[in-house]
Amino acid sequence: MFETLAHMFSYPFMVRALLVGCCIALCSALLGVSLVLKRFSMIGDSLSHVGFGALAVATALNWAPMQLCLPVVTLAAFLLLRITESGRIKGDSALALISTSSLAIGVIAVSITTGLNTDINNYLFGSILAMSAQDAHWAVLLCIVVLALFILFYHNIFTVTFDETFARATGIRAGIYNMLIALLTALTIVLGMRMMGALLISALIIFPALTSMRVCKSFFSVVLCTAAVAIFSLLCGLICSYVWSTPAGASVVAVNLLMFGLFSLLGKLLRR
Amino acid sequence: MALITCKNLSFAYDGRVVVDNISFGVEPGDYLCVVGANGSGKSTLIKGLLGLIKPQSGSIQLGEDLQQNEIGYLPQQTTVQRDFPASVQEVVLSGGLNHGWTPFYTRRQKNMAAANMMCMGIYDLRHKSYRELSGGQQQRVLLARALTATRKLLLMDEPVTGLDPLATQDLYELVRHLNQDGVTIIMVTHDIENAVQEGKHILHLAGRELYYGPANGYLQTSAAQSLLGGAHHV
Repeated sequence: MFETLAHMFSYPFMVRALLVGCCIALCSALLGVSLVLKRFSMIGDSLSHVGFGALAVATALNWAPMQLCLPVVTLAAFLLLRITESGRIKGDSALALISTSSLAIGVIAVSITTGLNTDINNYLFGSILAMSAQDAHWAVLLCIVVLALFILFYHNIFTVTFDETFARATGIRAGIYNMLIALLTALTIVLGMRMMGALLISALIIFPALTSMRVCKSFFSVVLCTAAVAIFSLLCGLICSYVWSTPAGASVVAVNLLMFGLFSLLGKLLRR
Repeated sequence: MALITCKNLSFAYDGRVVVDNISFGVEPGDYLCVVGANGSGKSTLIKGLLGLIKPQSGSIQLGEDLQQNEIGYLPQQTTVQRDFPASVQEVVLSGGLNHGWTPFYTRRQKNMAAANMMCMGIYDLRHKSYRELSGGQQQRVLLARALTATRKLLLMDEPVTGLDPLATQDLYELVRHLNQDGVTIIMVTHDIENAVQEGKHILHLAGRELYYGPANGYLQTSAAQSLLGGAHHV
């Protein structure tokens, strides 16, 4: 067991993947608590599809992926928030509309330039080799920002999540918090997408929060438990992926699913 | 000095006027019940009083010692809240955020929250999860949260909707005691019988102002008859 781990850590790309993965998992899990409770969980899913589209177009144009991806996904995040808040088009249909169109644009862009090859496979399902040293720096920075936000504005985030109207009535600028959370979610998705895969990254947002809600009763315990579950699942997933040579993103999601099952069972037993 | 004075107040959504030309005042210690059918502009008026939407014309004037964020608001419950993992204590404490931002709650905020939980008889439940409480207990929690925000003015949006008869009477009694302690109450309600019995003033909305005056004269008016008659037939 220890030999395998030591062997695993001897590869620099594995160490980098673990570092980036932990940062991304932690960020998306914390943001996910608020998103899931506000019924915004599908925003993460839509954003990752937009990310895929932007990534594919950027590659086709021979641009640096981040340059196009980041502004496009950020813009999409603001747009999605607007749509869900104004309620012109029903939220879920709007999300599906945006997801599928971005996916379509992305697939066309890829097939025109390189054809449907391993590239598209990597975009959709992630590749552990896709992380650069620069990505690692960004991921750590993002993680610090999200953690700082959660520690400094924890109570306001709670209030805005629990009861937005009350928060606004007591003078909290709820709109800014919603924007900030959407923006950070967009960043997290862009950074995590290439490792986890566009189709799988939203699991990191939704699963840990839902898992801890099976058992925890207070918001504070949900937040702590979510962070712990996210990091544990990521580490387990990556180790499994290394040992059995399974795709990294999919393995992490599978472990998350397992944790969700365990916690659901535990929650049922505790409520007896 | 009146707490709130509304003069010729109108609200509009997308150019469509939903509240037209209403005028009323709320004195300290008052108990005003706002009644009216669905879509009569009650919720719009509440949003206006909370400063969430701007009036199209007219003015809302707050008394000298009342800040915009010093209105204790008891909202209608949303579906999000029914299965929200939060402890009673967390919910009540969040009412104290209008006293200025600090990364952690101050001793004063904690003491205030504790006092309000005791006042509402939910102190023993403080570590329980909000979603596990009964409807009446949840209303007490939200009431304690509103009181943590302020003890000057409570604005309640249909507080008894969805409560069983026992919990309803219980809530009215709590509010009556608060009012006797000097808390000014504005309550939006469908429950006209109790509004007349509990309230001191009635404001009847139907897009415009149908009645504004003392509660004891309201039942004889044609406005009251229209609402009661309608309610009895449904």
